[in-house]
Amino acid sequence: MNEQAKPNSFRTGPDETGMFGIFGGRFVAETLMPLILDLEKEWEAAKTDPAFKAEIESLNTYYTGRPSPLYYAERLTEHLRDIAKKQGKTGGAKVYFKRDELNHTGSHKINNCLGQILLAKRMGKTRIIAETGAGQHGVATATVCARFGLPCVIYMGATDVERQAPNVFRMKLLGAEVKPVTAGHGTLKDAMNEALRDWVTNVEDTYYLIGTAAGPHPYPEIVRELQSVIGRETREQMMAAEGRLPDMLIAAVGGGSNAIGLFHPFLDDTDVRIVGVEAGGRGLNGEEHCASITAGSPGVLHGNRTFLLQNPDGQILEGHSISAGLDYPGIGPEHSWLSDIGRVEYVPIMDREALDAFQLLTRVEGIIPALEPSHALAEVIKRAPDMAQDQIIVMNLCGRGDKDVFTAAKHLGVEL
Amino acid sequence: MTTRIDRRFETVQAEGRPAFVTYIMGGDPDYETSLRIMKALPGAGSDVIELGMPFSDPMADGPTIQAAGLRALKAGQTLRKTLEMVRAFREEDNETPIVMMGYYNPIYVYGVERFLDDAVNAGIDGLIVVDLPPEMDAELCLPAIQHGINFIRLATPTTDDRRLPAVLKNTSGFVYYVSMNGITGTAIADTSAVNEAVARIKGHTDLPVCVGFGVKTPEQARAIGASADGVVVGTAIVAAIANAAGDPVEAATALVRELADATRNARLAQAAL
Ligand SMILES: Cc1ncc(COP(=O)(O)O)c(C=O)c1O
Repeated sequence: MNEQAKPNSFRTGPDETGMFGIFGGRFVAETLMPLILDLEKEWEAAKTDPAFKAEIESLNTYYTGRPSPLYYAERLTEHLRDIAKKQGKTGGAKVYFKRDELNHTGSHKINNCLGQILLAKRMGKTRIIAETGAGQHGVATATVCARFGLPCVIYMGATDVERQAPNVFRMKLLGAEVKPVTAGHGTLKDAMNEALRDWVTNVEDTYYLIGTAAGPHPYPEIVRELQSVIGRETREQMMAAEGRLPDMLIAAVGGGSNAIGLFHPFLDDTDVRIVGVEAGGRGLNGEEHCASITAGSPGVLHGNRTFLLQNPDGQILEGHSISAGLDYPGIGPEHSWLSDIGRVEYVPIMDREALDAFQLLTRVEGIIPALEPSHALAEVIKRAPDMAQDQIIVMNLCGRGDKDVFTAAKHLGVEL
Repeated sequence: MTTRIDRRFETVQAEGRPAFVTYIMGGDPDYETSLRIMKALPGAGSDVIELGMPFSDPMADGPTIQAAGLRALKAGQTLRKTLEMVRAFREEDNETPIVMMGYYNPIYVYGVERFLDDAVNAGIDGLIVVDLPPEMDAELCLPAIQHGINFIRLATPTTDDRRLPAVLKNTSGFVYYVSMNGITGTAIADTSAVNEAVARIKGHTDLPVCVGFGVKTPEQARAIGASADGVVVGTAIVAAIANAAGDPVEAATALVRELADATRNARLAQAAL
């Protein structure tokens, strides 16, 4: 271990230029740069403004339904202990879920959207744009736009429009204009390119409400701070339930917003092991996965330097995941840094494993999870049997599976 | 140190006319055709060549240049081959300035030092890298200057007077004024606003100011060329190559000739008013 590389705190980033080590930064066209600087200024003012904080807290409580419960998944815990026993082991950690799937709109995405729409209003912006993969961020954005009376345009890859049809309809009901993007494979990366093109064109009146902890500085920090409510609540709730911190945190990582939200308040508690789960797709051998950290390399895309799936010429690959929300060839820059310095471990979970976990949770706990956290769950299923029974895992159950029942049915060979 | 770019603008300014700057995508539709087009550009009236480096995710480009980049990549273009194109061009033409234009990632992955060494050896004079604002100068701009390569910055309608000095600070060769907030290929709405912006930028720098994004017709080239030191045309040429019924080299040169004439005569047209 290189002691010198270890900072005193893992929670001080980014630096004033937006870097987490070599990751992050502001790799954007000049047209956007003045606006990014304005956004940074507004964010710096907002984050110390008690009125801003109070408004978010009130919306979190009365609109989203926070705090979300920290739930002891007793039946799943028993189930995994039975598996351990059958393997001749005595283990089986206690599994808790942070239930952000119970939030209004069905995922953690609303935490971020409420904060950012308040920023947009402070900046006097009158039009909102966003990209979406699974459609959860699109729905959350359309929701806050309806709530605050702002017009909104959602860019969504054409492939995703097809596999997340219920969310497309929800967005339209909420008054959003959904623009399908046919470039590339028609997934999240292409939607993000198109949103950036809209933004450069309409920079004067438009706020780009990014859905994950990625993009140019200060977005990764803004999204992390808004999502950190997940980890802060978890700390408090865990102290109340068990009188101590958990031994392990596990979360799925697409761009990384639900994961950083859970992880960040625990980064300096070095006894807490932290695991981020990437989409392994159909396996890491080919190109049909989205495991940017496990199988990618550093590069620059969408305003930041981070781990990317790319070819030796620096062309970005499309990737694949069964879950539209994880189908992105990059990852938020803070995760790249946390991996680099060894604070967080990143592992892949395959489509098949996620689908199995999805079904297991539905049967054992009566909770239909989204396919994204099903990846985290598959990792819980692997780890818990090897941990002692008095150990505790907290998994971020960041979205519900209503949006995924059609995809799941298709993969399970059921005609709806 | 003067570069081919400096020398070309001196010549053009001595002739009392704006420069005509042409953009093509390296390797579009394939390496050989693209090289033939490139070689034909100076004869058709191009004073400076911008050579696009294709990238899978061109966030600042409209559909025409996006498609060109994808065609080039599909035909096997890489950054190494784009450098090779320049080397091949230089065997016959050691005067026409060449500016490589694109996005940072392929350069970053190639390795900045290695890229700059190879770029100098190939005969490249300048770089335009869309996603490297002055805040990121340490990445490529400063190393490029050390290698004697001009780093040409984009100034945009959102670059106000407070910010201009920072944008101009490490810029050399020329300043590229982006005519509107938007992506390549969008039509220019208001040429008089562009002329005002050019005058504003010229109040801050002695460098030539070229205008691009959205110049498609001889009329626009004339209107912009009246005040700007150079007129850049990209999308229209790329579209001519893509839509050529016959030889794309001829399609490109025919259009370039027409636009170059309009640009050259921009000041005459204005003087005659
Ligand atoms: C339920 C759910 N989880 C996770 C993600 C992935 O995003 P992130 O990694 O930013 O949490 C998404 C994205 O759409 C999602 O809908």
